[in-house]
Amino acid sequence: MEKTKRKGAVIFSKYTRGEGIKRLLSISREEVLFELRDSKLKGRGGAGFPTATKWNIVAAAISDQKYIICNADEGEPGTFKDRVLLLEYPELVFDGMVIAGYTIGAKQGIVYLRGEYEYILQSLEDYLAKMRSDNLLGKNILGKEGFDFDISIRLGSGAYVCGEETALIESLEGNRGEARNRPPYPVNTGYMGKPTVVNNVETLASVPHIIVKGGEWFRKYGTDRSTGSKLFSVSGDCGRPGVYELPWGTKISELLDLVGARNTKAVQVGGASGICIPKSQFDRTLAYEDAATGGSIMIFNESRNMLHVLKNFMEFFVEESCGQCTPCRIGNTKLLEGVEMIEKGDFTFSYINQLKELGRTMQVASKCGLGQSSPNSFISILENFKEEIFNGNGGAHGK
Amino acid sequence: MESKGDLRAPVSQTPLVVEKPKDTSAIGGMVSIEINEKKVSVPLGTTILEACKMNGISIPTLCHHDDLCVAGVCRICVVEVEGMRTLQASCAYPITNPMKIKTSSPMVRKARRHIIDLLLSEHYGECYSCFRNGKCELQNLAKEYGVDSYTFGHVEEPKYEVDKSSYSVVRDMSKCILCKRCVRTCIDLQEVGVLEAVDRGDNTHIGTFLEKPLADVICINCGQCINRCPTAALRANDPSDEIWAAIDDPTKHVIIQTAPSPRAAIGEEFGLGAGHSMTRELNTALKRIGFDKVFDTNFTADLTIIEEGTELILRLYKALVKKEDVALPQFTSCSPGWVKFLEHYYPEYIDNLSSAKSPQQMFGALIKTFYAQRAGIDPANIVSVALMPCSAKKFECNRPEMHDSGYKDVDYGLTTREMARMIKEAGINLPEMPKSDFDNPFGEASGAGLIFGATGGVMEAAIRSVVEFVLGKKAEDIFEKANIIPLRGFEGVKYMEIPIGDKVGPVPDLIKHLVPNWDWLKGAVLKIAVAHGTANAKKIMDDIKAGGKFSECHFIEFMACPGGCLGGGGQPIPTTPEIRKKRAEAIYAEDESLELRKSHDNPHVVQIYQEFLTEGPCSHLSHELLHTHYIKRGRYIA
Repeated sequence: MEKTKRKGAVIFSKYTRGEGIKRLLSISREEVLFELRDSKLKGRGGAGFPTATKWNIVAAAISDQKYIICNADEGEPGTFKDRVLLLEYPELVFDGMVIAGYTIGAKQGIVYLRGEYEYILQSLEDYLAKMRSDNLLGKNILGKEGFDFDISIRLGSGAYVCGEETALIESLEGNRGEARNRPPYPVNTGYMGKPTVVNNVETLASVPHIIVKGGEWFRKYGTDRSTGSKLFSVSGDCGRPGVYELPWGTKISELLDLVGARNTKAVQVGGASGICIPKSQFDRTLAYEDAATGGSIMIFNESRNMLHVLKNFMEFFVEESCGQCTPCRIGNTKLLEGVEMIEKGDFTFSYINQLKELGRTMQVASKCGLGQSSPNSFISILENFKEEIFNGNGGAHGK
Repeated sequence: MESKGDLRAPVSQTPLVVEKPKDTSAIGGMVSIEINEKKVSVPLGTTILEACKMNGISIPTLCHHDDLCVAGVCRICVVEVEGMRTLQASCAYPITNPMKIKTSSPMVRKARRHIIDLLLSEHYGECYSCFRNGKCELQNLAKEYGVDSYTFGHVEEPKYEVDKSSYSVVRDMSKCILCKRCVRTCIDLQEVGVLEAVDRGDNTHIGTFLEKPLADVICINCGQCINRCPTAALRANDPSDEIWAAIDDPTKHVIIQTAPSPRAAIGEEFGLGAGHSMTRELNTALKRIGFDKVFDTNFTADLTIIEEGTELILRLYKALVKKEDVALPQFTSCSPGWVKFLEHYYPEYIDNLSSAKSPQQMFGALIKTFYAQRAGIDPANIVSVALMPCSAKKFECNRPEMHDSGYKDVDYGLTTREMARMIKEAGINLPEMPKSDFDNPFGEASGAGLIFGATGGVMEAAIRSVVEFVLGKKAEDIFEKANIIPLRGFEGVKYMEIPIGDKVGPVPDLIKHLVPNWDWLKGAVLKIAVAHGTANAKKIMDDIKAGGKFSECHFIEFMACPGGCLGGGGQPIPTTPEIRKKRAEAIYAEDESLELRKSHDNPHVVQIYQEFLTEGPCSHLSHELLHTHYIKRGRYIA
């Protein structure tokens, strides 16, 4: 598809449908976990939790029922790589879920599909039907006694917070989409109170490759702490926006060249909840240990007003906070009000500094990742672009 | 997972708790932790908040409540845990590993101050004119943390219109801080599910079904949400201005009846600890305020026992002897919250409700008939007030069918909190009042009427009379000191069997015209049950629907509020399991101190059947004045 601008050597390497599942006929759960641990695969949703560790906890748990949930609630602004995977490479995602089910001992997998992706639901259902008729799903998969697994797809209803795994589980259970307290974590007490693995679409799509080609092969790509490759959803001021598969450790400047970005002033890495990187730091690398991202790369050139960019992000969070915890519900509103004060030139620096302090409180005191990361852009844009915002031509002058 | 039956309101959030070990001496039963560099050891699964409390370290809370499942939403209780990037909500964090906790680090103090500042920026804090002034948890926190300015602004105008549609509960959402205690109370504790968070982000608010006024949704008026609200977002519909006006009007004869639970709790409003009964001090105070007569609701509680007990005997007689189709088990009907709960959720069972009115409404009907005649007062000039622990009583006295005296039987239901404020407004310090007695002609009542205030009390009172009626023996000979211990305590659902045996006594004169003898009860086993809090009531009702063991019961006591009336929605705030326990102890202690402890021994009750209700219990006149009917409301209101 046109959106996929660069197919890299890992996710988009050759893979035959069902190949990973066939491999399971000859290897044990322990061997799957070994390869996964060897690959050092980390969660692709953004948080970067080691996948093998997550699976291992659920595999070791004693429970009559376990679940594997594919988090396809791709809601981070500027992210669209999961959609490409689901549309063009469903075999990777679903085979990954079957492998997960086999490994952790789950009989049921659930895809939590973003509500706005309803239009791809039918094609996914058709694909699952085909898997069932080919015995890649269902009872005694590929003739292996007791290897039962099936996948159902559930649609979200448009709340950004439901991409947070515990809010996603609440939503799946029919409750209001709100993050749970942790601990206990979903690996212990997840969907319907049972041990549950929640993985991002891309994480699951990496798994079949690792099972077929080995953890060592996977580790050849990327950096020591960020192995394999990453799909980046590139948007904004560049000649060739789209999905790119690049090894972890790619420099921001390299990526900008590749996508045909010119006169770039800033790159927002990690979506609205990520950080805004100024030109002076374009030699930073995209990796868990440096500029981490779930995939969103937004490029802003010299013509953009960074205060407007920030306002846009803050409006998003004011709307998308689930509203349960105080720091996130009211804090984001206060940060947005601060941006509007700067916009009008009606502010004091001491108040803006107080808001930055508030942002730091939100980062540590909010209940879930939404509130903990929503002040990131407020803090990083006001820090990194203070010249432009406060002193530049047409910039705001506080009291 | 909690089971979600089709009638179950959605759980507010799955309660996630770590089971504490039964034996903490087992390996791993205790966890060693450090709090503020002090080494302590706590049982596995203890929350950080509990651990701190156990070790004398105070942590502020807002969304936490001892009665409710954990929410972890206000974030005021955050603490620092070494090695963790973020602060942890101490109310929600179960300790399962050794950890080092700091409860007052700079980061923690800054975060708490920020959270208070944020809440104040959205809370419509008109503290002077607020009924929670001085008793508001947010106000207290602001004081504790030395808030001297509104860092992030302050609301000058209310954001929402006050919802005064309900007779019982007033909602002022401009004062709501979204701690969701009311939501958890309504959904998890009471399983009514009228309140839930609506919308998200900045627009989040607590709403009702389709944002209808509270009077138009299936609220049962129990007021438990009021008891748990940290601010003044929820309060009872206060009639004290009208009552003052009546007191000040020389043409009005203002009487008040007082229920047992307010008497056991009102001292809390005057700085006494829980569990100080103020019955006789209150009599004096009420007289000084200007009430013309003070009566004891326990008198009609005793009357309820006779009427409701007779009704039960008649139902059993019809079912067992005449083989008629009657609704059994019989349900108590004293709790107006429970009655409305049943009318909404189990309307097909309204025939099981005893037709006997609640003690409040029986008294209302008698005051404007029997008492008016005796005292020679035109009932039109009588203003009848009921001091109740209850917000649903306000709704009950406004039910259109409660006009059997020809007037509104009870004019105003007043809560314990409202009464305390009236007393304070009159410049009276209740605990200093001399003691005085109730007024005649109703005088003193029995301990059986008194224990109506605690869960299981109605049943205990009924059983004290029933065993004496049927077995012809003293209740004391069957139960030590006539205390029926299995019916006491705060277990959600209680069940008891009383075998009648082969020896029965003579039928007492009072009901001799209704049943000829007790032979038909020989060898029978009386099966009874007690539930408090509508979530527990629901357990019994669902069991009955499914044909379980409770469907074989003969008589079941239901109270809408946890703990019974002593935990009612009109009682002093705060409420906790310990406070309710102490109130119950006060009530049972007072009962035991009385000579008169059985309803049928109450001389005034005997007298009223001799002089006024001369055809006896469940007769035509008693039905006219003391019994009522119910409405099949269902769960959907047009």
